[in-house]
Amino acid sequence: MDNITEHFKEALLSSDEEAARRIMYESKQHYTSLQFIENVVVNILDHIGDDWEKGEYALSQVYMSGKICERLVDSLLVDHSVLHKAKPKMAIVLFNDYHALGKRIVLAHLKAGGYKVTDYGRMDTEELIERACKEQIELLFVSVLMLSSALRIKEVVQQIHQRCPGLKIAVGGAPFRLNSGLWQEVGADFVGFTAVDALSIASSFNGGQQS
Amino acid sequence: MNLSGMNSMQRTLTAMSHKEPDRVPFFLPLTMHGAKELGLSIKEYFSKAENVVEGQLRLSNKYGHDCLLGFFYGPIEIQAWGGEVIYYDDGPPNSGEPFIRKQEDISSLEAPVIAESKHLREILRTISLLHEKSAGEVPILGVAISPFSVPVMQMGFEAYLELVYFEPRLFEKLMQLNMNFCAAWANAQFEAGATAITYFDPVSSPTIIPRELFLNKGFPVAVETIRRIKGPVATHLASGRTLPIIDDLVKTKTGGIGISAEEDLAELKNACRGRLTVIGNLNGLEMINWNSDQAELAVREAINKAAPGGGFVLADNHGEIPFQVSDEVLGSISEAVNKYGFYTYSKGK
Repeated sequence: MDNITEHFKEALLSSDEEAARRIMYESKQHYTSLQFIENVVVNILDHIGDDWEKGEYALSQVYMSGKICERLVDSLLVDHSVLHKAKPKMAIVLFNDYHALGKRIVLAHLKAGGYKVTDYGRMDTEELIERACKEQIELLFVSVLMLSSALRIKEVVQQIHQRCPGLKIAVGGAPFRLNSGLWQEVGADFVGFTAVDALSIASSFNGGQQS
Repeated sequence: MNLSGMNSMQRTLTAMSHKEPDRVPFFLPLTMHGAKELGLSIKEYFSKAENVVEGQLRLSNKYGHDCLLGFFYGPIEIQAWGGEVIYYDDGPPNSGEPFIRKQEDISSLEAPVIAESKHLREILRTISLLHEKSAGEVPILGVAISPFSVPVMQMGFEAYLELVYFEPRLFEKLMQLNMNFCAAWANAQFEAGATAITYFDPVSSPTIIPRELFLNKGFPVAVETIRRIKGPVATHLASGRTLPIIDDLVKTKTGGIGISAEEDLAELKNACRGRLTVIGNLNGLEMINWNSDQAELAVREAINKAAPGGGFVLADNHGEIPFQVSDEVLGSISEAVNKYGFYTYSKGK
């Protein structure tokens, strides 16, 4: 990890947005905007997500890091809108329950990775299937906290695979972390155990190629 | 099953005094299974104290575990604050849209009066009836959500993190209101007959916030609130990790700690030995897929790791066993405790 990356990580973990922004501007001598997103932002979010899973960092640090990076990347992409990754066509939803933090963190990570994602907010089964199919979403991230919500995803997956077979579903949230086989039980195509897994899923969807 | 003459109260109190009772006490926090027993929907079941009392007594007879729950569901406190609760057919009631819609709402917020909340009164009636029926032989557990964690339901997790990080004045105001309410609520449950209070504090877990932030925010709140609660308290971080803050939790004067399924029970037992009773840590979410053999193995492993010396109550990791866990698995857990949990048996082996 180079100095820029190391300092950037420290700034994120301390929730110091000003310091993170300063490092981003100073790094322009070394990185293009795209390189900064891919080599610094995504790399660091990946480290923080992994270390959260190992118990070394806390969820609030994952949240604050994602949110700061989302804002920084937004400001970069205002000037470089061509860098926005519009493929795959993605949406994210909080399904059935009312605990929105997980979805918010994943959304921030995807945006920090330069992806365009439609935020569906909170939805139940019918409304979700209707909208995702109508909008020809290719990759749908479904976030839950409650076990009962997680189990209801099975019906969503079955109906979506029937009605719009091209649409892939990635699930995430506490029930899937604590019961590692549950995502297969509900028939999801992907599971994310940390927020940064969403970036790998989005990337693998394109065969690992940047769009 | 009672082979030694020790009842559940004696067994639990002995274990919590860090001594070995006749067998390992075990708690099955079955908040919703009583509805199945009575053939009621979860919403109907929680509509009156008599249902919950009957459900708790039937479950106690069926599985022979060592506690009765005077607890319905987490967001019942939110109902007392005027918030919305949404019922499900197959899971615990969930808090709906937060009633603190913007940070400024905190300035004019007032804590509810317990006697004026029909929902809280129903819990107090449940505890009182359980107290009467159990004749002091089974511990009755009440629940109070920590003043530091309840804002997740009061205002939403994201808004609350913003408050914790960036709005110290409003954070302090909300903590004062919540501490007053939490202590009053816990003490009302003691007056009704509760034996101990579970202080649910998931936000304080290192899974959720770094230890430094906990020491600045959640820790002083826990110290002050537990000081005001006039009876025994056990802390539960509801599946969150505990090890990095064990020494801090001891300083809050709590008597026990609910352990995450992601932590090693033997390691936690060592860290807590003689200071905190370890409560846990069967994985409730995996339990939904267990068969009898897996249940037996999990119980046996947990007992091997944490039972010697007392100071251990076998339980799940979250403080609430999912509705989807089958009677067969619960029965197997109970049988396995009676097979492997007797201290004389383990000494003999």
